Amino acid sequence: METRRVPRAVSDPKVRQVGFFAPGAPPDRSQSGPPHPASSSPPVSEISPSGNSLSPVMIPPPRHLSADLARGPHFSPAAPLSPMRAARDSIPVGSYNPSEFVAPTASEFTDDALSPNWTARRSNSGKFASSLPAGGFDMSSLKQNNFPASSLTTVSIVNMPPGITEKDGGAGVEVQKERSKTGSKASLKPLKEQTTKAERRAIQEAQRAAKAATKGDGSKTPAASSGLGSSANANPGKAAKASPQKKDNSPVAASEKRGSDRPQDKDRKKDVPHPRMQFDDKSRVEKAKKRSVVKQTEAKNRVELFRHLPQYEHGTRLPELESKLFQLDPVHPAVYKVGLRYLAGDISGGNARCIAMLQAFQESIKDYSTPPEKALIRDLTSKINSYVSFLIECRPLSISMGNAIRFLKSKIAKLSLALSESEAKAILLSDIDRFINEKIILADKVIVRHAVTKIRDGDVLLTYGSSSAVELLLIHAHELGKNFRVVVVDSRPKLEGKLLLRRLVGKGISCTYTHINAVSYIMHEVTRVFLGASSVLSNGTVYSRVGTACVAMVAHQFRVPVLICCEAYKFHERVQLDSICSNELGDPDMIAKVPGRKEIDSLDDWANSDNLQLLNLIYDATPSDYVSMIITDYGMIPPTSVPVIVREYRREHLWT
Amino acid sequence: MPDVHALVNDFLIKLKRRKIEGSKATAKVTAEVLRSFISQQRLPNTNQAGALIDAVKAVGEQLIAANPVELAVGNVVRRVLHIIREEDLSLTAAAIGGLSLSAGSDDEDDVGHDEHPALSAAAVAAAARSTLRPPSLQTLLEDVPHTAAVPHTSSSGGDSEGKSKSADKNSSTKRLKHNVIEAVNELIQDIVTCHEQIAEQAVEHIHQNEVILTLGSSRTVVEFLCAAKEKKRSFRVFVAEGAPRYQGHTLAKELVTRGLQTTVITDSAVFAMISRVNMVIVGAHAVMANGGVIAPVGLNMVALAAQRHAVPFVVLAGIHKLCPLYPHNPEVLLNELRSPSELLDFGEFSDCLDFGSGSGSPILHVVNPAFDYVPPNLVSLFITDTGGHNPSYMYRLIADYYSANDLVLQRRSAS
Repeated sequence: METRRVPRAVSDPKVRQVGFFAPGAPPDRSQSGPPHPASSSPPVSEISPSGNSLSPVMIPPPRHLSADLARGPHFSPAAPLSPMRAARDSIPVGSYNPSEFVAPTASEFTDDALSPNWTARRSNSGKFASSLPAGGFDMSSLKQNNFPASSLTTVSIVNMPPGITEKDGGAGVEVQKERSKTGSKASLKPLKEQTTKAERRAIQEAQRAAKAATKGDGSKTPAASSGLGSSANANPGKAAKASPQKKDNSPVAASEKRGSDRPQDKDRKKDVPHPRMQFDDKSRVEKAKKRSVVKQTEAKNRVELFRHLPQYEHGTRLPELESKLFQLDPVHPAVYKVGLRYLAGDISGGNARCIAMLQAFQESIKDYSTPPEKALIRDLTSKINSYVSFLIECRPLSISMGNAIRFLKSKIAKLSLALSESEAKAILLSDIDRFINEKIILADKVIVRHAVTKIRDGDVLLTYGSSSAVELLLIHAHELGKNFRVVVVDSRPKLEGKLLLRRLVGKGISCTYTHINAVSYIMHEVTRVFLGASSVLSNGTVYSRVGTACVAMVAHQFRVPVLICCEAYKFHERVQLDSICSNELGDPDMIAKVPGRKEIDSLDDWANSDNLQLLNLIYDATPSDYVSMIITDYGMIPPTSVPVIVREYRREHLWT
Repeated sequence: MPDVHALVNDFLIKLKRRKIEGSKATAKVTAEVLRSFISQQRLPNTNQAGALIDAVKAVGEQLIAANPVELAVGNVVRRVLHIIREEDLSLTAAAIGGLSLSAGSDDEDDVGHDEHPALSAAAVAAAARSTLRPPSLQTLLEDVPHTAAVPHTSSSGGDSEGKSKSADKNSSTKRLKHNVIEAVNELIQDIVTCHEQIAEQAVEHIHQNEVILTLGSSRTVVEFLCAAKEKKRSFRVFVAEGAPRYQGHTLAKELVTRGLQTTVITDSAVFAMISRVNMVIVGAHAVMANGGVIAPVGLNMVALAAQRHAVPFVVLAGIHKLCPLYPHNPEVLLNELRSPSELLDFGEFSDCLDFGSGSGSPILHVVNPAFDYVPPNLVSLFITDTGGHNPSYMYRLIADYYSANDLVLQRRSAS
């Protein structure tokens, strides 16, 4: 762990570029770089008009050395990952299972939330977030509309000496100026990065020695590090001296490190995603049933292969839920409404479901009041947990929703105890707003901007099912006056493609409609395949609507490029090889009935025969070798680079 | 005679309107029509076989033109022609008896050349190369001098030779027709019972606890699976529903009533499920000479998925589905587009669809092909009523069942 960390801290490149990038990009980026929220830089032109300046992938620096240094010595370069951030990761990862979400994480909160030196980091996190919109987007204007800078930096203003914040802002400006320089310097950085093993070993030894030396005074008061942190804050001059060289063994840094080591170790283990709940495990299912709000009857005639996934009688749940409307005390009406709509299938599509959920949470937070003798952080977390388990009972969470919940919970966990209830609520509300706007809505816009460069005149584009990002892309390209044709491939049982077809035809785009079986017939004339995704897993597997894999496979066979449009908040570090281990089962009745075709009724009484099962899979996993490119809000990447995005942005941005 | 014409016309109309579905039913009806046609045909005294072949060809062309996509029609016509040639050959062989083998082979070559004055060079070469009997090593060696001599005899006095021999054949006028009808009856019997013979091989291919995937509705597949079931093999079948015709539903129902463990999946879930499948067993619409398969739509996708996961892709096909043609662009040329109403309801989008009104270019097209082409490299095995064969062996089977002279039937269009 240590060995891995040290060289990373040393290098800390300002601008990381992944994939293919235009040589002219760096200077451009330095101008449209992330403005500090406090520095009120005038909004740069929304997006650079010339297409080529939009470099495919730009990963802005997670943090700037100079800024770090200015902020305080406890940002020891040796420990770039704060204990806080590591703790955050312990929140279950995009999980589906009620058990995980319900599992109280309070023990971790107490550790971290009380850990006093987090306030400064918060201000830092605000900065991260501000540096988020890379890709040539300037979001300062938007941010100022929606989230007043004060709300982002509230904490730092409250808790930090005012001098620091000013310093901070100054540093931010400085950073901007410096960036153009660092662009050229960036080439030097890798050289630095290549410290030899021996060197690293030496650095480590020195650190260990320093740790041992400072153990005595450092271990006196772990809680007293609040004073320690503030003293560090009050002493920025010292920080400036702290060179990035690891030889700096200032006692402050070392003690900080010592404090952080233990939780980091623990959390590292927790970092591995929890095993998902297996529904063929009888005892656990029984336990979960006791907890559940909604009584569900197991479906009959289940497919043996999918015993590990939950499947319930579809029709039975809705009326029962409705009848319980007034008894379900713990569930907020807004959440309840969303749950019902999930159940009824009114809301589908990853983004729509995620936004609906977040907005319901916003409603519930607005109406929330902390019961007496309870802490907001803990109580709200448990509330959210109960909402989530309710939603899971309505429909298993998608990975993107899991990510959003993780984000929200980490936000709650990081609320300061010093905040009043209304302040805390305001922060949470704006955080959720920011997530919806930045991670979903703006992300889609950036994706469209990237992807539209891949559409040429005369193209025949194939899409499958109904993906919101692809739809935006097609409409945008049409508005740009590009001349292309769309092939909408659809499949049973949902026939979502029909809805997409209706909307595209309404916009005047010329379309061809067919079923997935005919995909190899139609693929001859197709020049590009654009697909949406429910999630992109870190081995490059695209987890998406069932049938996507078939379309990608046929396209691959016909040497047609397959481009996946997926927002980065849907990325997940889990890995998956097939579509069976983790999936969602839909209502089997949907398969037996063919709407509009009365004559097809052979399976109407399917439930009566023991030998017959109907399987309605919702998702499948597309192997990464069928995918030519994944277009995200961070640019266009090959599927092999997914873990890079997951690693960099989960740590640096997504959860701050 | 008139009732035969009525019969043929009736069949033609049915073919044109696509009333007869399934290659097996079509093949059977074709054979029956041809049988009654032959039995009604009045034969001249000279060159009986040639006249019969001519007549059958004329009808066959009509039938093929009625539904060019239904390759089984052409296959049966070719089979009947082949039967006539064989019977003729065996009769002449018996009649001439003492005559040398060379005379016999000359005669049969003559017949071919008489019938095809305007045959393409390729066909002539093919005719010269292959005699009616499947070439064995012995005949190849024996025939070497004769085949070399063929061009001379046929060019010099082929006609006169044929006429001189026709006197011998007069005695066997009745017998030729009789024999041909007998053989056609056998052919019909073969077509009817082919799935039984295929099903007999099921036990060799399906084992305990296997998971089998199938798509489309095929009588042969049902019989095959049930035959294995009757042999006390217990296994599980995944049936893809086969949108937009949903024949999988009926297939699943039938399998369930026969007591098989059946799971219906959507077509889109094929890729997801194929990793747990041990074998894909499907029926075919037609098998081409290169080993490619014209199959119900969606099977190309299944075959690709099966190849990806190294799952054997087995095609069950009666020998009447074997088409002696090499396909060119079969996805398009040997395909058929069905009504868009199977995908979209009438009325839905009707404002955008082009109904031939000619009001500019339509904004919405609906594509609903009936067939898919599965290239030979994706097929692991063919199971026919004569046993299992590799795709690469298909061309060889053709020589067993068809005469090289008949491969090109559209004589008029060619000339």
